[in-house]
Parts: sequence; structure tokens; C-alpha cells
Amino acid sequence: MEATNKQTLKQKLKSYSKSPLSLVLFLLVSLSTLITVSVIIFLLAYILIKGIPHITPELFAWEYNSENVSLMPALVNTILMTLVSLVIAAPLGIFSAIYLVEYAKRGNKVVEVIRITAETLSGIPSIVYGLFGYLLFVIACGWSYSILGGAVTLAIMILPLIMRTTEEALKSVPDSFREGSFGLGAGKLRTIFRIVLPSAVPGILSGVILAVGRIVGETAALMYTAGTVAGVPENLMGSGRTLSVHMYVLSSEALYMNQSYATAVVLLVVVLAINGISGLIAKKVSKA
Amino acid sequence: MKNFKEKSMEILFLLCALASVFSVIVICVFLFANGVPAIKEVGFFDFIFGAKWKPSSNIFGIWPFIVGSVYVTAGAIIIGVPIGILTAVFMAKFCPQKLYKVLKPMIDLMAGIPSVVYGFFGLVVIVPIMKDMFGGSGKSVLTASILLGIMILPTIISVSESAIRAVPNSYYEGALALGATHERSVFFAMLPAAKSGILAGVILGVGRAIGETMAVIMVSGNKTKVPGSIFDGVRTLTSNIVTEMGYAADLHREVLIATAVVLFVFILIINLAFSVLKRRSE
Repeated sequence: MEATNKQTLKQKLKSYSKSPLSLVLFLLVSLSTLITVSVIIFLLAYILIKGIPHITPELFAWEYNSENVSLMPALVNTILMTLVSLVIAAPLGIFSAIYLVEYAKRGNKVVEVIRITAETLSGIPSIVYGLFGYLLFVIACGWSYSILGGAVTLAIMILPLIMRTTEEALKSVPDSFREGSFGLGAGKLRTIFRIVLPSAVPGILSGVILAVGRIVGETAALMYTAGTVAGVPENLMGSGRTLSVHMYVLSSEALYMNQSYATAVVLLVVVLAINGISGLIAKKVSKA
Repeated sequence: MKNFKEKSMEILFLLCALASVFSVIVICVFLFANGVPAIKEVGFFDFIFGAKWKPSSNIFGIWPFIVGSVYVTAGAIIIGVPIGILTAVFMAKFCPQKLYKVLKPMIDLMAGIPSVVYGFFGLVVIVPIMKDMFGGSGKSVLTASILLGIMILPTIISVSESAIRAVPNSYYEGALALGATHERSVFFAMLPAAKSGILAGVILGVGRAIGETMAVIMVSGNKTKVPGSIFDGVRTLTSNIVTEMGYAADLHREVLIATAVVLFVFILIINLAFSVLKRRSE
């Protein structure tokens, strides 16, 4: 698209000698990119190299005790937390997006308010969510620390993310699909559920998976809502720590450095896999 | 019958859409109802500008934490913004297609790493380096700034990159036609045009940095005094809440909630600035 006239290296050097500032600017941008890339590679490599040798079968024992420092209960809690949060947030987020895209009329005041509040929600720091969850669920509802309280808190946190991605996915469905469906005599509801939603599924899915990534990585919002008990609770009203909280507790205790590294590796792999899957799906969407 | 179903589903969708409005209202109500009385009890000026934090003798001044948050965030901006913007420029205007295919997923990946992992990395890598170089415990304003600077990079890079890409190519071509080099065209014709979009990215980064909790707690040294230099330990608004919430009771707990109210107000101001800028850049 651009740079149709290719310069040879010699020409380039000549133009730099005429304008040293350009050379400086070029070096600056290259250096910055180099710094960014080396930081990320170093971080990943460091944790992987330090952590992988310490991944042992004991780390995945079903019961946690101070000898094996197992991460299995935390992993189970993470999956539980993710499922419960999604059950609450996904329908809410998707239905909100349906309203915004399919029903709301342009210039509607309600829509403006919804957008502004969704933007506000996505900017609130996770610790503020945590405190709010603590006040509402632990104190006001009297649930004490529980998976459910944590999950509802996280559901509110990921709501704007799911709303935004679903909105974009719905918007990218061509209007001709809707018109075709109306033309065949389908009602609005049928059009939405049979025509629009199925074609938007990959986009919605990639948003939901991104939200899963947020849930798995979250710590501050869970410390005082789901608590830090190191076992799998009997039901959703029990306290339990997710993998990230587990990781934080381990590293702040500083007693189990090797296990901390190994846990960090597992956490990294889980989050990276989630992001990878989301990216893959999103890529498929843009190709289709 | 069919009409009834259509109408009732529309109302259901609307109700769901109002859930976010409802959530914001409930969050505000709970935080302010629990925090504002505490601010009144301590006294607004003693609370905000009080330089002493001694929960055991009922002295609650959060000035050190406000200063701490501002220092750490400013440090993160000084470190993260230049690198972030320059990387964005590289990605948008200098990067060969093949390299871009590797770079872009890397930046996305960086955004996906959980903050505890960043915190842990800071704890085991940056803190020891700082300790060797400058002595002390290694946990300081500087350490937290560096770590936060790294953490806000992906935000700044992706927002700035799309801002630069949104500048019409005619700006670039015009500058080239006037005899400017590629670099000069990008920096002096395109960057000024992308200014407000880039600024929006920076503000988003500020919001991230102020709100970040776990990573900061792990590397900042957690001192309740106003830091005298960048090598001193520091406690931010967010880490104050997490550190003491576990055992706080009565007024102490309410004061911590009030700390969250102050943080919330900061964030609201930042969000407002962000959306104003975004509208302007559109």
C-alpha cells in the first residue's frame, strides 16, 4: 500500500548523512521496540526456565498441604469460578449487546447512558470491585467469603468486555442477512436467534474467551470476596482461592519459591493458551 | 401471542442492558454510603492531607498513599510512555510485514499476562537488581515504577498504534513530497495528527497504573511514610486497602473503604478525560 518506491541501503545511508535527525529517530524507534521485545521474552523465558524443572506430580495432588503445596484445588476453584461468572455475565452481556445493536434507535438517550456506564465499569480498578463485592456479598448479604460472591463480583467486572465484543460481532453481520430473513416472513426475534446470533458466534466466543483470561488472571477482586482458603469448598457458598490468588499467597509467604515458579508457569500457560485460542477464533472471523 | 413474545423479549433485552447501569449505581451507593461517613468522622482535610497513618491510635491520614500513587504512576509514565509510543511508531510505520506478524501477538500476549505474574517477576528479578545497584531492600518507588512502566506498555502501544494508523496517508505523502525523509514525515506530520489518540492511550495507561494492586504490593516496600526519595519504600492507595483489609475493623475498615472512594474518584476523573479525548479524536 505504501512505500512503493523502494530505496536501496546505499541511498538510505546517503539520505541519513544529509539528515542525521532521521537516523536518530530511526534508531530511537528500533531501540524502543527492541526493549519492549526483550522485556517480554526475558520475562517469559526466566519464569519458564526457573519453573519447568519444579513441575512435579506432587504439585498436582488432589489435596493441598504444606508439604506438597499442590495447586490442584486452586485450579479446580479457578474452573468453578470461571463457569459461575460466565453463567451470569455471558447472557447479560450478550442480551445487552443485542438490545444495543438490534433494538435501540439511533440517538436514544438510554443507549448513551448504557455506553457511558459500561465504559465506567471497564475503568474501575479490580480492588474497588473487590471492596464492593466484600461490602455487598460478604457484609450486606452475609455470605461470608464464598465462591459465589467472588463469581458475581467478577461477572460485573467482565460484563463490559463481553458487551463490547458481542456488539462488534453483531455489527459485523451484514444487514442483508436480516433483510433476507425479514423478507421470508420471520419475526425480529427469530431473525436474531436463527440468523444474526449464529453468524456472530465466533466473534462472541472470542470475547468470552478473553473474559475467561481476565477471570483466571484476577487476584485483587477475589482476595476479600472469595477468600484465600487453600481447598476446594463443598459448595458455592464456601471459600476457595483461585490459581492467581494461590500464586500471590505463595509468593508473599516466600517459603515455597520453587513451587511459586512452577505455579507461575502453570498460570502463564493457562492464560496464554486462553489468549491464543481467542486470537485464533478472532482470526478465523476476520477471514470469513 | 406472537406480538406479546416479541415485546416481552425486547423488554428482557432492555433489562439486561440496564444491568450495567444498575451495577454502576449499586457500586457508587455502597462505596459512598460506607466511605463518606468515615471521611466525615476523620475530617476531610485530616483524611486527605494528614501525613500520619496510625490505625492503632486512630490517626488516619492518607496523604502518603496519595503521594505514593502519584509518584509511582508518574514514574511508570516516564518509563513506559516514551518506549510505548516509539514502539507503536515502529509497528505502524517502520515494521516489515513479516516482523509485524510476530510483534503483534507478542504485544497482545504481554497484555494477557496476569498482574501477579508481573509482580512475581518484579519480586524475583527487578528487586534483587535494585538491591545490588542502590542498596536497601530493593523495594522502592523506582522498582514499582519500572514494573508498572512495563505493565502499561501493551495498553499504550496498541492504542497509539491504532491512532497512528488512523491518520490519513495523504499527510505522510504530502510530507514526503515536500522532501522530508520517511522518519521526519512520520514524526513531524503524522504524530502531531495522531496526538489526541495517543494521549487517550496514555490516559488509559495512567488508569491502569493507578488501579494496579497486586504487582505494586509485591515490589513497593509498603512504607506508610511519604517517600523521601525514589529509593524509599512506598505504599499506594490500592495496596493500602489490600494490606489492611484482612484485619481491619470498625472505623479502620470504613477508612479503608473511604480510601477506595478516593481511588474511585481519581479513576472517574481519568475516565472522563479519556472519553472526552476519544470523542475528540473521532
